[in-house]
Amino acid sequence: MTTPTAFTRAPLDWLPWLEPLAADEMTERHMASLVDAARVKSPYFRLLARDPDALEARTRTDKDIFYNADAGLPRAERELAAAATSRFNGCLYCASVHARHAATYSKREADVDRLLDAGVTADLGERWNAIVTASVALTATPSAFGPEHVDRLRRAGLDDLAIADVIHAAAFFNWANRLMLSLGEPAAAAGP
Amino acid sequence: MSGTDADVIDALVGITPGSPLDAIRARRPEARAHAQATYRALFAPESPGNVSARERFAVGAFVAGVHGATAIADCYAERLAESGASAALKEAIDAAVKEARTNGPYGRYPAGPLSREDTAGSSYRVGAAIRRTLGPRLAAAFEHTHMLVFHPRDAAPAALQALLDAGWSTTDIVTLSQIVAFLSFQIRVVAGLRILAGRP
Repeated sequence: MTTPTAFTRAPLDWLPWLEPLAADEMTERHMASLVDAARVKSPYFRLLARDPDALEARTRTDKDIFYNADAGLPRAERELAAAATSRFNGCLYCASVHARHAATYSKREADVDRLLDAGVTADLGERWNAIVTASVALTATPSAFGPEHVDRLRRAGLDDLAIADVIHAAAFFNWANRLMLSLGEPAAAAGP
Repeated sequence: MSGTDADVIDALVGITPGSPLDAIRARRPEARAHAQATYRALFAPESPGNVSARERFAVGAFVAGVHGATAIADCYAERLAESGASAALKEAIDAAVKEARTNGPYGRYPAGPLSREDTAGSSYRVGAAIRRTLGPRLAAAFEHTHMLVFHPRDAAPAALQALLDAGWSTTDIVTLSQIVAFLSFQIRVVAGLRILAGRP
């Protein structure tokens, strides 16, 4: 097993530090809490399934924030907010997944790699800079998000639904990063 | 925030029916409903397991307190009092918030190219007087919570072992982690939407 030492868009594994539920000891309630049955393969979701009500509500919140296609922020930029939040908190695993999604949906691989390599102050063009800066400000503890961030996002062309999407995407990754970082660790995926 | 039916985020932001932010939240109905469902699952669970209401609200008040989210901290403190907790516990949480507050995120990366981004900061140890009131289980939870809030990239198996040693089961640790992580979301949604609401 190799611990990754840099941010990457490459797929990583995730290894739990606590014992997940065994697939064959999961009740119907545990299975339903996964929402997607295929997640039974994931040690992360089988670990979180120990509190099934919290897991199911978490997952349904996540899906609507990122997948709801009714206007607002384009999917690529919701993923950008997730990747920037993960980069700032230092979650290599979350950053790898959402940098990959951001690159896929935006086709801006070089900009996504700049965010991963240089960090959250990388120059990605004004609209992406505004989204990254707002996500980072909201991620600071205590929050540094202020009216100036709303104004800058509006100047970059975001309407209020899109700004609410930035807020939710960054806030959600403050949830996800803390679980991923504290219950296990990333590992370089096994080669072919 | 006395019941579990009224939407907590709406209440904390001050969103009223028919307002612009009410319309915006209505466009993401599943996120709105399930943020509330998470709140219910963590603070009014149907099967509380080994994690008591007193522990859940004490951690809630501590998380909001160290975020400087006073109004949210007051809500969890109110629910803590309703759970039958003593005034002494409330005072101990307030004192813990004072000694634990700092600025995040900081922490270390695995040795390598990211080491130049390592940011120093302290790990929190609950003071002796506060520890006597909290008891070993809640004191261990607060120390872990401080790491999760301010320097989550310093997480390590030893932190989980400290919780296990203090009597938290594996399932209890998942619930505790969800409480702290969910509140990190809730507090930021409230902070962000309040700013947006104030900028019509």
